[in-house]
Amino acid sequence: MSAGHAHGAPPEMEPAPAVPSWRLLATLGFAGALAGGLIVTVYSATLPRIEAHRAELVESAVREVLKAPARWDTLYLEGGVLTKTPSAGADRRQLERVFLGYTASDSVIGAAVTAGEPGFSDVISLIFGLEPTRGTLLGMKVLAHKETPGLGDKIEKTPFTSRFDGPATPLRGVKSAPSTPNDLQTITGATISSRTVVNIINNATSRWQPLLQAYLRGGTP
Amino acid sequence: MSDQVPATFDDFLRGVWRENPVVVQMLGLCPTLAVTNSVANGLAMAMATAFVLLGSNLLVSSLKKWIPHEVRITSYVLIIATFVTIADMLLEAAVPVVHKQLGPFVALIVVNCIILGRAEAFASRQSVKRSLLDALGTAAGFTLVLVLLSAVRELLGTGALLGIDLLGPRFEPWVIMVLPPGGFLTLGVVMLVLGWHAKRSTGRANGEGAA
Repeated sequence: MSAGHAHGAPPEMEPAPAVPSWRLLATLGFAGALAGGLIVTVYSATLPRIEAHRAELVESAVREVLKAPARWDTLYLEGGVLTKTPSAGADRRQLERVFLGYTASDSVIGAAVTAGEPGFSDVISLIFGLEPTRGTLLGMKVLAHKETPGLGDKIEKTPFTSRFDGPATPLRGVKSAPSTPNDLQTITGATISSRTVVNIINNATSRWQPLLQAYLRGGTP
Repeated sequence: MSDQVPATFDDFLRGVWRENPVVVQMLGLCPTLAVTNSVANGLAMAMATAFVLLGSNLLVSSLKKWIPHEVRITSYVLIIATFVTIADMLLEAAVPVVHKQLGPFVALIVVNCIILGRAEAFASRQSVKRSLLDALGTAAGFTLVLVLLSAVRELLGTGALLGIDLLGPRFEPWVIMVLPPGGFLTLGVVMLVLGWHAKRSTGRANGEGAA
């Protein structure tokens, strides 16, 4: 310590030597590269399992709403027409799709359609089975929702879900036991959530039923 | 070496009880209130946070010589964000159901003050060994509170623990306990009991001192 100039000043008050800016840049650049490398490694290691889980989820939902079909085709919506084989240039993941299920003897059971609309607190997304010729429902499963636990979340439980086996579209939400084939009993205390489910199915049916009928008229099961 | 043992054990204990991150330091309240609606969610959140805390304390304490003071916060946040991203991917691959339940709260571990707090206040100045013990203790303290809160909320809100029905069909669930207000209520009651306990033990210690 030089006497005179810094006399009496505590040594820790001396400013630390300035770090050259290239070192700051190098540190951050190196850290960023390292972080990127690590993340990409873990991403590619976990991606197959994550995608398998997602596929499994769709598969089990399709099985459930189509009453265990023997097999099913994935139909893609391209240019306003449903097709089993989208054109080569199209990215299949970007296209909307439905799943057309068949019995073991190759007759059509119905189509599993996914749809979603805002419910009480956030978008309710669901998948339902639709018999396209008569427009009757085969089943419904809620895929995701953020409705109130204990009230709105009854839309994903029985007995509400079991009411979607058999009724005809367009559905009409009613408060008491159904009297016509189109009636669907909503949930007391979860009116908005259960009516949303009814609306989602009605809107999706009026959109997809003509497309499905056109596809089936076109032949090629 | 041997004279360091008591100090290092205290590095662990301090985070569990005396300086518990939630009920004493009042940090990390966002996940504490948001994901304690079931024990499974609380545990998963605690585990993910523990993983990030251990990773960040380990890296920050071992790299402290090479990280210039000027860019330390940037570096810490980068380290933490990397571990959070990894935890997010691992959770989705291993337990997709829980991952879906936790929603955006896994990603929000990046801004959990407990982690940046331990990196800045402890790991950036201490040895790797002490920092790891500190991370373990802090994680244990966080887990303790999350599991306690989620057990109370799940039991009263659904009549079950870890999905196993305990209170029977005659129990009418207090739905509010699994909703956001239930988080505030439960945390408030826990703080009340701890405050009362702390006051009583100081009172007793003072009383003994005077006697």
